[in-house]
Amino acid sequence: MALPEGWEMVCGLEVHCELNTATKLFCSCPNDFGSEPNTNVCPVCLGLPGSLPVLNAQAVELAIRIGTALSCEVKPSIFARKNYFYPDMPKDYQVSQYDKPINVDGFLDLPDGSQVGIERAHMEEDTGKSSHVGGNGRISSSTHSLVDYNRAGVPLVEIVSRPDIFSAEQARAYAAELRGILVATGASDGKMEEGSMRVDANVSVRHPGDPLGTRCEIKNLNSLRSLVRGIEYEAARQVELLESGKKVRQETRHWDEGAGRTRTGRVKEEADDYRYFPEPDLVPLAPDAAWVEAVRAALPRLPAARRAALSRAAGLEPATELVVTAVERGIDAYVLDAVDALDAAAFAALPEHERVVVALADDFVRDAAVVGAEARTALNRAVNDLPPEASVDVAPFAALVGLEVSGALTATQAKKVLEVLVERGGEGDPAAIAAELGLEAMETDTLVTAVDEVIAAHPGDWASYVGGNDKVAGMFVGKVMKATKGKADGKVVTALLQQRRAAESG
Amino acid sequence: MASATAVEVAASIRAGTATARQVLEEHLGRIAVRDGELHAFNEVTGDAARVAADTVDARAGRGEDPGPLAGVPVALKDNLCTRGVPTTCSSKILAGWKPPYDATVVQRLAAAGAVVIGKTNLDEFAMGSSTENSAFGPTRNPHDPSRVPGGSSGGSAAAVAAGFAPLALGSDTGGSIRQPAALCGVVGVKPTYGLVSRYGLIAFASSLDQIGPFAASVEDAAVLLEVIAGHDPLDSTSLDRSGPDLASQLGRGVAGLKVGLVTELTGEGIEPEVAERTHQAAAALEAAGAVVREVSVPSLTYGLSAYYLIAPAEASSNLARYDGVRYGLRTTGAEDITQMYGATRAAGFGPEVKRRIMLGTYALSAGYYDAYYGKAQKVRTLIVRDFAAAYAEVDVLLSPTTPTVAFPLGAKTADPLSMYLNDVCTIPSNLAGHPAISVPFGTGAGGLPVGVQLMAPALGEATMFRAAAVVEAAARHLAPVEVR
Repeated sequence: MALPEGWEMVCGLEVHCELNTATKLFCSCPNDFGSEPNTNVCPVCLGLPGSLPVLNAQAVELAIRIGTALSCEVKPSIFARKNYFYPDMPKDYQVSQYDKPINVDGFLDLPDGSQVGIERAHMEEDTGKSSHVGGNGRISSSTHSLVDYNRAGVPLVEIVSRPDIFSAEQARAYAAELRGILVATGASDGKMEEGSMRVDANVSVRHPGDPLGTRCEIKNLNSLRSLVRGIEYEAARQVELLESGKKVRQETRHWDEGAGRTRTGRVKEEADDYRYFPEPDLVPLAPDAAWVEAVRAALPRLPAARRAALSRAAGLEPATELVVTAVERGIDAYVLDAVDALDAAAFAALPEHERVVVALADDFVRDAAVVGAEARTALNRAVNDLPPEASVDVAPFAALVGLEVSGALTATQAKKVLEVLVERGGEGDPAAIAAELGLEAMETDTLVTAVDEVIAAHPGDWASYVGGNDKVAGMFVGKVMKATKGKADGKVVTALLQQRRAAESG
Repeated sequence: MASATAVEVAASIRAGTATARQVLEEHLGRIAVRDGELHAFNEVTGDAARVAADTVDARAGRGEDPGPLAGVPVALKDNLCTRGVPTTCSSKILAGWKPPYDATVVQRLAAAGAVVIGKTNLDEFAMGSSTENSAFGPTRNPHDPSRVPGGSSGGSAAAVAAGFAPLALGSDTGGSIRQPAALCGVVGVKPTYGLVSRYGLIAFASSLDQIGPFAASVEDAAVLLEVIAGHDPLDSTSLDRSGPDLASQLGRGVAGLKVGLVTELTGEGIEPEVAERTHQAAAALEAAGAVVREVSVPSLTYGLSAYYLIAPAEASSNLARYDGVRYGLRTTGAEDITQMYGATRAAGFGPEVKRRIMLGTYALSAGYYDAYYGKAQKVRTLIVRDFAAAYAEVDVLLSPTTPTVAFPLGAKTADPLSMYLNDVCTIPSNLAGHPAISVPFGTGAGGLPVGVQLMAPALGEATMFRAAAVVEAAARHLAPVEVR
């Protein structure tokens, strides 16, 4: 959805992620999602009088992982108190970082080549969770509220981007890339639906070249889809307001996924006064430079590098959707493992004397085109036909890809075999399953006969095709498929049709 | 009122010549006779104390070492968390709240064989200098019940002075141990910030609060401090070191020690008798071989102003949690959460607490932060610097603990500023995080106790206690004061 001519959307994202620590930020309570309410609590995270916070070293390390992965400068930092009253906040202040955050001035490169600046990625504690009982579930109509403090004190890192995002799609790509980094580094599980990654969007619009317009903060964006829809809606709403001579009011707005619109939340008449001041119960945090370097050196391969590796193997561009999706879904290593398995199988298939030569040569490198075709086939099957929650062992998956690449199975047939593999818990022999299902790619002779029969049965359409009308090609492929009960490979049929036409017009 | 010291009590119990139970019953007997008048205690925990005393006796009976404070009754300021025992901060807002845990110092006392005898009265949330700001009524000075015991740890000071317990713990944010110690004629210590764990001390101003001992003698105070000091992993501001060795150093004297008499704290605003006693203490140190000279620490005069911005600022945040949601008082009948907050806090806090919350909230507000809180922190830095310069010249500093002797109840309640001036001599040590001790040194106007204060640089407790022991010894030979 594009904005009307002459308008530009500017967006910055604030992403809160819950860190994957064993315990909370300032006490030894378990950091668990989904426990019975108010079971993971103690005097510290309940803010009982006299209790004091002690910083969790694992949380600091994960924050440094995030910072280094985002190319931030990791700096000496201090914690501050953000003071405001709310029942789900046991101390009525939140321990956060304010003017001296741990990570500053980083950036994130997106698959499309754009770069989004990271202003800061600071540490803070999460609040508890309120649920409002009675009425429509909102606080205003409820009869009473319940508070679960299990989440109170869970460690968070808030990653604040610069306003470097100019489309909803770019915002989606940023959030997806960030999630990939959080998951890859083990810092967070990045689950938007469980709230372990929460994205707020600051959206404004302007005429290109103008200063930034008045922004609204969009909350309740609980999925990447909501993020895209929410931002698109909000930008369009602001343009409409401005074009009709009205003004955008700075406010917090909530995305209503069901209604497909944002609604006004809290109006910010003036900036909130949180009366920040340094948290006197904690000492300044000054991570040792050697520690920071050790954390940086131990970072796993990040999504950009993984896209590069996968795209190289498959002979594709890193920004190709298949590649991006595979890395986003974290199945790139699986695809490459399958290619390795095929490689190993090819090596094992060599005659004895050749294997010795290859082993002496230290590295068994097959034809790049073959490997690329295998990687592309594996990518296709894994991204398009492997359900996200399914798990299929690498060996049968590799074997299946091998059958498809060799032409023993068509794409359609391979997909069917994969479905059965998934149904059977990810184990089994794809060749045996194909036989069981009566699936085998047709012998070329049989297929040529079928093609010739269809041509003979439709002389008029054939003449038209030979005369250059490509539109009827689809009809011919369809008829052949029907005649062969789907066993034919569509690509092969198309090739045969083109061969026949070339011969006739030759 | 005089009775055996804590060291003597523990020694006799360990030697089997007395039992913890006998000692406890003696003290409970004194409390029964006189605490109705003095109101040092918010709650006397006699039953739990008897159980604890019997445990000590049983251990001694089995030949085990029951600890350095075996069977010594200890009174706890009622802002120290005690598991299952109401901990009120002398405030209505904590009505009915029983902590589910013991403060670290309480655990250490128990491990040392001490017997907690009760929870003592204080100015609400430790905000005050007379213990008149208690929601449960004031404590009276055992030397003259028409007068205040000082504050905010007035209950603990009065308990030791009245012989209700040989030892007590208080908390000192701007003088809340030393000032009542001086006014009640007992020893009071504010340790180096971070030497004693604050875990379980209900916060007033976190960067200034420190728990410390009250005792009838310098030696008792040293032993108690040894027991409660040392690193605690539950307090991030706790210093990473073991407790100091103090009691064994007391007899080493002060020969060659350099003592600075603080110019800014011996002149204007100090009652003549109190100033005279301070000079006598200086003379006593000199007679014992110390080198005494006057030292100027110019920024100290700004300490009071800085303190009354920093302490309320931190308090405004520390006391936010008393909102009626989770524990303590909650008023009924409110329409919504905001009304409930307001009504609960209006009903639960006394006027001095409200005054400081408002002051602190204002000092932290956007647009005022730099002018107030920010500037106060700069003054704090300046004081630390001036102290450092002074300690380059001398080993310890000497001053009065308070400007006056104990004043009558009600004399200063209408004028908060005159009340605040009580802490002018004690506040600088809190701002700097340094240790200081108040030692009784004769009497002043009306025959009431006077305290002198010895200050030392961070972790200078051992030297400070040595000087304190010399001052204490000299105090035994003092004649009635004559103003020069």
